Amino acid sequence: MNNRLKTLAKGITDVSPLMIPVVPFGIIYGVIGMELGLSAYMTFGMSVIIFGGASQIALLQLFSGGASSFVTIISVGAVNSRHLLYGAVFSEYLSHLKITWKIILSYVLIDQAFAVSNTYFKKNKENEYKHYHLLGAGFTCWIIWQISTILGIVLGSVVPEELGLSFTISLTFLALLISDFRKFKNIIVMLVSGLVATIGYTTIPFHAYIIVAALSALMVATLLTSIDLKKK
Amino acid sequence: MIFLLKEDIVSDKVKKILSFVPAAIFPAIIFPPIFLNNEGSLDLENNPKILAAIFAIIIGYFSKNIIATILAGLISYWFLIFFYF
Repeated sequence: MNNRLKTLAKGITDVSPLMIPVVPFGIIYGVIGMELGLSAYMTFGMSVIIFGGASQIALLQLFSGGASSFVTIISVGAVNSRHLLYGAVFSEYLSHLKITWKIILSYVLIDQAFAVSNTYFKKNKENEYKHYHLLGAGFTCWIIWQISTILGIVLGSVVPEELGLSFTISLTFLALLISDFRKFKNIIVMLVSGLVATIGYTTIPFHAYIIVAALSALMVATLLTSIDLKKK
Repeated sequence: MIFLLKEDIVSDKVKKILSFVPAAIFPAIIFPPIFLNNEGSLDLENNPKILAAIFAIIIGYFSKNIIATILAGLISYWFLIFFYF
């Protein structure tokens, strides 16, 4: 087996265990999409175009609440802004690649792919074909995400509305924050964001409550970080 | 997007602040549907979503498992709406 295929295969096997929680997440997304009255094509199309679970579910919530496209796009961009960080970290390893490679790899660079390829890149800096690792990991995530979205769409068309599955939106995001529950500063940031959003839900125009809340909370985060840096 | 940039121009402080992004954005999505009713006013009494969310937080804190947290919240919510509310 040549080095490219070997690296590609390594990416696939490295990321596979991380796909277990992705499947129910994709199913939840598909079910909520159908529950909120989107068409199957729209629900599936979002998985292909955006390809980011949390931001897709955020989009569903804003869409069903009647937010404008502008506010929705900004909010979805904000939810995905952590990818700026992923891109910045990987620029160290991949900045020599052609633009087509960069576009393809940026498209598939999601949380799980970042996690495994970052570890691989650190250990295999000399491998000329190391970007194949990210390609393998990323496309594995992509295929699993699309399949589980379809499963959710099928399931969502038969699940009764009384189950109140839209509550799953809140629960999903809450679950994504569990690693922050033990950090005091993060809890403060969370409370600021949640309180501003709850108070501003009806008072802030254009449903921009997510943006206003996120900016307020980030200001507090910056403040907390500055205090921390001064101490050192 | 930063794939287009050549150098690592993001400072450690910016990285640190970016690590707060989930904590800054997700609660803005989590809180309103839990604490507000359909009319958009505060709903703190007899609200099964608050209790279910607290239960999910407790499970999440100890299990550190995303799917277990979602299921704990959902199952306790169903239990509450079908038996108590």
